[in-house]
Amino acid sequence: MNLLVCISKTPETTAKIAFKENDTQFDTDGVQFIMNPYDEWYALVRAIELKEQLGTGKVIAINVGPPSNDIVIRKALAIGADEAVRVNGEEKSATFVSKQIANYAKENNIDIVFLGKETIDYNGSLVGGMISELLDVPFLSYASNLEMEGDTATVTCDIEGGEEILKVKTPFVISAAKGLAEQRIPNMRGIMMAKRKPLVVIDPVEVTENEAIASYSIPDSKSGVKLLDPENMDELVRLLHEEAKVI
Amino acid sequence: MSVLVFAEAINNKYKKSSLEVVNYGAKLASSQGSNVIVLTNASADAAAELGKYGAQKVLNFESDSLHDNKMLSQIISDVANSHNADTVILSDNSKGKSLAGRIAIKLDAAAVSSATTLPNLEDGFVVQKSLFSGKAIGHYQMKASKKVITVAGNSIGLEEMGQPVAAEAFDASAYNATVEMVETKRVEGTVPLPEAELVVSAGRGMKGPENWGIIEDLAKTLGATTACSRPVADTGWRPHHEHVGQTGIAIKPNLYIAIGISGAIQHLAGVNHSKTIVVINKDPEAPFFKAADYGIVADLFDVVPRLTEALQKFKAS
Repeated sequence: MNLLVCISKTPETTAKIAFKENDTQFDTDGVQFIMNPYDEWYALVRAIELKEQLGTGKVIAINVGPPSNDIVIRKALAIGADEAVRVNGEEKSATFVSKQIANYAKENNIDIVFLGKETIDYNGSLVGGMISELLDVPFLSYASNLEMEGDTATVTCDIEGGEEILKVKTPFVISAAKGLAEQRIPNMRGIMMAKRKPLVVIDPVEVTENEAIASYSIPDSKSGVKLLDPENMDELVRLLHEEAKVI
Repeated sequence: MSVLVFAEAINNKYKKSSLEVVNYGAKLASSQGSNVIVLTNASADAAAELGKYGAQKVLNFESDSLHDNKMLSQIISDVANSHNADTVILSDNSKGKSLAGRIAIKLDAAAVSSATTLPNLEDGFVVQKSLFSGKAIGHYQMKASKKVITVAGNSIGLEEMGQPVAAEAFDASAYNATVEMVETKRVEGTVPLPEAELVVSAGRGMKGPENWGIIEDLAKTLGATTACSRPVADTGWRPHHEHVGQTGIAIKPNLYIAIGISGAIQHLAGVNHSKTIVVINKDPEAPFFKAADYGIVADLFDVVPRLTEALQKFKAS
């Protein structure tokens, strides 16, 4: 089975978020980048596990981005992907990224496309649905469990306040939520082997831009905490009722 | 031109998030001088109520199962095309976000998920969305002639703005599912975290799972849903579905009470959109106080039972 895993590069979770060029661009100065946790911990690892369980097939990691993303792609290879592809373009919108990935998947006989449920920077959750539609295949989203039997998958999808257990045949796209796999740390052997695994760079296909971020802003911060007397909880209840009006 | 809203029903009932998207669609249509059509999976009786929230025309098909986003996105796109809708509005939940990408491709539309504002039409079509787990706001210019938007819950408020309208039946029998439903499980009883208005959350300061009784008492008195921080879920003190934060569930309740949680940046990222935040922690240096509206520096084992008591008194009065 050919398993394609979409990996995205995101700022590290404690990164300071600032903007430049009149608040029209994210200021990457001093920002550490990591592989998007949902892609790395769950989507990638589940694909590798599946290949191990089947004893056959390959795991291909795909990323859309500039050459500086190669460090994140090498990590995916170190964790256990067999080969990698980077589409050499700026990851400017969900539509752009989806079309690059779908284009590759179509030409390479992919059975399952894995990706994280969202990236922790733009929090969009749109790419999975877009790839599915471009490939005209089912989309199992927010998956916390996947079991394969032949070409049939049984997938548990998280929904608000519960879960749905669904059955689907390959090919399909699956987005990973917490629980789909256990995080793996690359070992020395993996890191050494990653250097010798193929990382192919391909050119992007052209995409019309349907939406763009015109500008960024920073949300208003809280005006300051009101510290209350621990002995007087009636006062907190009164404030929640009369001032905050939440109870 | 018109605005098409998909309002999701569960057993012929609407959650607040479904009514909010109807409101959003109605307000957008009114600012554009267009009209709003609502497609919904409920009985005609239940669907008619959507008129109260601004629906001018309601199309209903009866189905309890919306598990196949391939089929459902086809239905919504077909209705959008047949009713000349240029904007599609969806709830910002697991179903809505999965549908949004598909519909955007089908209609060659601009797509923004988790919008927190109505579109600003003065300078094109601009909606805001929270980015970097709440640390920034993106102002998205939606350039394509067609648009797909999922609306973040608790963003624009909910108001009644019309009368019930008779629903017209939509025939969905020709559409076939590509995914087979095995089983749906729902947590019974409490309000699920993503929809909870009141949340009581506790962290490592609790010292052990055996001490959670005071948290449950407080939540019960308040009618709140319980949540926890990541270390608490990871050590198995509390179930994983209670974990809120950047890698857990992101929530936006009216009231978030954080007890014995220091407020690591990853935790704050998942809860900092709460309307009012109360922090109870014995460490006055806990970073959470900087994000709080009300703070109590004290031993939680003393103060939490006292708060429960004060609430009981308030509820009884």
